Amino acid sequence: MAKNKEETVLITKDGIRHDGRKREDLREISFEVGVLDRADGSCLIEWGRNKILAAVYGPRELHPKHMQMPSQAYIRCEYRMATFSVPDRKRPAPNRREKEISKLLGEALDPALFTYLYPRSVIDVFIEVLQADGGTRCAAITAASLALADAGIPMRDLVSGVAAGNLSGKVVLDLDDIEDKEGEGDLPIAYLPNLEKVVLLQSDGIFTPDQYKEALDMLVPACKKVYQLQRKAITDKYSQINDAVQKDIDAEAKAKPAKDKKKADESKAKDDKKDKKKADDGKKSKADKEDKKKKGLKKPSKKKDDKKQASKEKEAKKD
Amino acid sequence: MNKITIINYSMYGEKKMPILIQDRSMVTPGEVIAEGDFSIGSHVYRREKKIVSQVIGLVTIKENFVSVVPLKGKYLPRVGDLVIGKVTDVSLSTWIVDIASPYHGVMRTSISLARRFDPIKDQTRKIFDVGEVIVAKVFSFDRTRDPMLTVRPDNRGGGNSPYLGKLVGGRVIDVSPSKIPRLIGRRGSMISTIKHFTNCKMIVGQNGRVWFKGNNFEDELLVLRAIEKIDREAHTTGLTDRIKEFLEEAKKQMTSPSKEKKSDKEKRSEKKS
Repeated sequence: MAKNKEETVLITKDGIRHDGRKREDLREISFEVGVLDRADGSCLIEWGRNKILAAVYGPRELHPKHMQMPSQAYIRCEYRMATFSVPDRKRPAPNRREKEISKLLGEALDPALFTYLYPRSVIDVFIEVLQADGGTRCAAITAASLALADAGIPMRDLVSGVAAGNLSGKVVLDLDDIEDKEGEGDLPIAYLPNLEKVVLLQSDGIFTPDQYKEALDMLVPACKKVYQLQRKAITDKYSQINDAVQKDIDAEAKAKPAKDKKKADESKAKDDKKDKKKADDGKKSKADKEDKKKKGLKKPSKKKDDKKQASKEKEAKKD
Repeated sequence: MNKITIINYSMYGEKKMPILIQDRSMVTPGEVIAEGDFSIGSHVYRREKKIVSQVIGLVTIKENFVSVVPLKGKYLPRVGDLVIGKVTDVSLSTWIVDIASPYHGVMRTSISLARRFDPIKDQTRKIFDVGEVIVAKVFSFDRTRDPMLTVRPDNRGGGNSPYLGKLVGGRVIDVSPSKIPRLIGRRGSMISTIKHFTNCKMIVGQNGRVWFKGNNFEDELLVLRAIEKIDREAHTTGLTDRIKEFLEEAKKQMTSPSKEKKSDKEKRSEKKS
């Protein structure tokens, strides 16, 4: 490992990182809102190689009752990593780290929510890390806030999280797993972009005061960048329906004249058939009348006439 | 992704108050809608002088009144609301009713029933049992206590009160409670359209539950489809017309297959002759 550590260059002199990013570059972020049918709100975030699912239930009744808060809703947050989320199988029982992050994220989401609107109830936030690659808590809170918004829970603001790090004395944004482990420091924050307030700030490792300031200066615009992506993701979900509806309307408008024509043709064809039938019926009835007349006039030669008429009728039908 | 920055200084009064977002456009939590002395409605809050949205929803601006209609959310009881609930628990003098809200509804024999309830002779279970669906009105609700429901018809105003009590037969579907106004339509236009086309009985609860009962399965399916369509497309414009079109189309399709069969028979008979 020691040799490997020297081999992996975390950051070059030009400020290019091991995966080709520059110092202030974030990894690629994409969201999918409303992925779960059962949950009131949900969001799947893909942040670089992180894949995290957040589900929100509530506000709903809280059991056990003694945990109910008389003046506000209780936020019950659960951060959990799947056994397959990391290279070495993670044991399924919740460990210290998971419990800590659960508590932390719940407390970071609290100032963003109007909890006083739902006294005695609970808002459940479940965060499941499906694939981890550094910076999961930032990605998790970003996803959780979208899931909360998707559930229609009143919020002061969305929450966006980004981490900064210290790689060989250079401050960089959004550490991945290798940088997190090999680098000198990790500084995740969660931020309310419109209120301009920090709701979560942790730091791990070494930062000089100047580095700390630099990190925060870089983090705030980064969080705002993430916020814009969040906003787009959640409005897209509904504007997609809008677009689909618009397409339907356009398609219908185009299809209508064609349909009308078809219908008209069909009805014409039907009418023609009916007319033919009527005409046939008319012939028959006339023939019948003639029959009766003839019957009345010539009784003895009845059979012959009948035969003749029958043959005539057959001919008519064939025609 | 910059915010929509159409600043139209509202013409009301001399004060210049910028509205940053157009009427009926979509907002997200934390987004500033307007700045200045507006009166505010539901799902918005004031931060300093700004008026900010609390939810994802559509902005409504009327003169100097700003509010947001949310696209999703749980039902919060309001006094006077008609709700559809399912009885989940029965005790000697109360029923507990699930009304699709963070709080369950409570019905007491003493205040909720139209007729006198004698606790010695009468049994609560014989009036409403667990699992039965009822329509009730929210009698009282505040932050400190669970909502109280009633099935006692209120004729004090002289008008007819809507049906309250047990619902027998039919189907119940859950939709987002914020979409209920859209489902009812302006002066009940949407709901009467659906009723007209399907001949179904419908009761719409403010808590997002809709009960309906039709003459046959096809009609009920049609109602279900229509409600689902409204639930999905509630935030789009011209919905009533589209639902009307949809129902007309569906009705045509329902009647046309039988016609085709007839015409097939006719053809066969022609061939035989």
